[in-house]
Amino acid sequence: MGLADLAPGDAVDGFAVGPCLHEGAMGKLFEVTGPATGFPMLMKVPKLGGAAEAAETLIAFETEAMILPRLEGPHAPRFVAAGDVATVPYIVTERIDGESLDRRARPLDASEIARIGASIADALHDIHAQGVVHLDLKPDNVVMRRDGAAVLVDFALAHHRELPDLLAQERRYTAGSAPYVSPEQVRGSRSDPRSDLFALGVMLYELATGELPFGVPRTFAGLRDRLWIDPAPPIAHVPGLHPALQEIILRCLEADPARRYQSASHVAFDLRNLEQVPLTARSHKRQRVGLAGQAMRWWRARDLADLASSAARDPDAAPVVMVAVDTMHPDDPRQPDLQRVTSRILSLSREFRLICVAVVSAPIGGTASTERDVQVEHRIRLRHWLAPLRVEAERVSMHVLEGTDPGAALVEFATLNNVDLIVLGAPAPDERALAWWRSVASTVTANARCSVHVVRRAAGSGPAGGEEGPAPGPD
Amino acid sequence: MAIALLADIHSNLEALEACLAHARSRGVERFVFLGDLVGYGADPAAVVEIVAGFAERGAVVVKGNHDAAIARRDGYLNEAATAAIEWSRTALSPGHREFLESLPLIVREQDACFVHGSASMPERWNYVDSAGAAETCAQAAERPYTFCGHVHDQVLYGEDARGRMIRFVPRPGATVPASGRRKWLALAGSVGQPRDGNPSAAYVTADLPKGSITFHRVPYDNLAAAAKIRAAGLPEALAYRLERGV
Repeated sequence: MGLADLAPGDAVDGFAVGPCLHEGAMGKLFEVTGPATGFPMLMKVPKLGGAAEAAETLIAFETEAMILPRLEGPHAPRFVAAGDVATVPYIVTERIDGESLDRRARPLDASEIARIGASIADALHDIHAQGVVHLDLKPDNVVMRRDGAAVLVDFALAHHRELPDLLAQERRYTAGSAPYVSPEQVRGSRSDPRSDLFALGVMLYELATGELPFGVPRTFAGLRDRLWIDPAPPIAHVPGLHPALQEIILRCLEADPARRYQSASHVAFDLRNLEQVPLTARSHKRQRVGLAGQAMRWWRARDLADLASSAARDPDAAPVVMVAVDTMHPDDPRQPDLQRVTSRILSLSREFRLICVAVVSAPIGGTASTERDVQVEHRIRLRHWLAPLRVEAERVSMHVLEGTDPGAALVEFATLNNVDLIVLGAPAPDERALAWWRSVASTVTANARCSVHVVRRAAGSGPAGGEEGPAPGPD
Repeated sequence: MAIALLADIHSNLEALEACLAHARSRGVERFVFLGDLVGYGADPAAVVEIVAGFAERGAVVVKGNHDAAIARRDGYLNEAATAAIEWSRTALSPGHREFLESLPLIVREQDACFVHGSASMPERWNYVDSAGAAETCAQAAERPYTFCGHVHDQVLYGEDARGRMIRFVPRPGATVPASGRRKWLALAGSVGQPRDGNPSAAYVTADLPKGSITFHRVPYDNLAAAAKIRAAGLPEALAYRLERGV
């Protein structure tokens, strides 16, 4: 069966086979040409042979052939065709024009790590939102497009929420994957998006230090060590490392998924805003915990036994919420309504990220110093707007956007930061005074890629600033 | 060709009609009934009438434990079920009872096996409620595809590289690729008495040559079906189940 002897010059189902680009344990990759798709193409052919693992390789191959056509967007290779598994098993996809991450020299400097890491986190957020967990994330499986976007390749071990997972009971990890595998995967979990965040943490650690936090385990027992081993903090390798990077990396590497970031979008956000990352004890660590500490971690790892059951979670469990505040009119009677609605929305999620944004029209002909004054003034107003909500500092960030088209600026900022929900106030149609903000609201509602919650004062509600008025409903 | 698989109708005419209409609107031409046509609900005669009509036109119909209980008392049924069976006996004509008694326990076709409980000793009405039970059932079926009822939940088991059956809970409406190169066992869910908290009727469609299986949930007038149960004087719990889907 199969295409074991496929060679350059052969033709398969209308594809002309070009040079073999890679040969690995699982199969071969050929460059192919054929139907006009407008992009270069790759053909992946599994190596089946007579080995005991053939059945498993075939399932992994079928898994990829099922998942790739279901994935949309720029963060996975575009699917072109798949051959009949029984006769000519192959998958043809887009060949990404870019460089795989394992070719990158390391260590890299903080801004480069943050840029690459945020792109990978964006890619993870995108596939997670489509119900897919990659589960074999490593530098060979990340290709950076020339525009800076990360593409995840090789979905052979991936899990799709809407497909049976016939690899559910497999425990084999190739040597190349072992350094990146999460503790819960070692315990048998295959459906938790947070497993990919652990692998991202290992990659960031590697980019920052040139080292692997858990080495290259050769045995299953070696793999299990990561359930309790405290990795040396990145700063131990690179003394001048940005403390926020260490904070982010060590949070991704928490053995307990509940202590990690709960969403890839939160990781992306922190990497893009290193200066706003709240620093905890993680960022100050200079060395791994001592003997007693390691013993304690080993003991606690016994409680992590149920990690295997850490299941697919509600994708909305850790939303990024963006609230747009009209700081030009801090005394507007709508502000308490917006605060109350925002507070109620946040109360629905245990883990969230709140991005508070003020939009001010760009000062025309302003000097650098007056621009800074404007920024500072509006940042202070945002902070005061936020104070009554009593949100923990580590969940919030504040931004002042300037531009002549505030609606477009808000939409762009929301897209860049993987925002799940935008909350903003809007004047009722008969309130002429605030027409400017109404047009912002309609631009955002029409163009945002995410959900938008428009807050209006209920008709006939109490006096300005009143707390007792009926709740404004969603628009 | 798409086939529809309907299990555990349990004398629920409203749910059956809704599922048949749903399946026909999706181009289904062939129907398979996976047992327990009667029991619990208020319309045994109408349901048997419809299914017998399908059987005359060649549809596969297998026997369920409630169907078997019409002919003889069965110690396994609980109080409410027994009350419903005794009431159903009076509501069914001799012809209906004969039809139920004539049904086979298990039917094997080229690629598929149809059974109410488990293909392994079907007369014991064992529940396929674990990966182990699924493995035993799929082995005994000796076919790539096995379709069962009896367990009122919708579950798909697929065979992995080592012959173990992996449990998967499908999302209604999403087509699942299930190639005939390995074994699959689908629990169709219950048309007439869902118990997973969702009162919508459950059934399955499959296109075996294409290797795809789709699980469906169909809203129907469950309050009308529950009202009929009360009007017939059947146990209140049976009406409540339909209202809430529990």
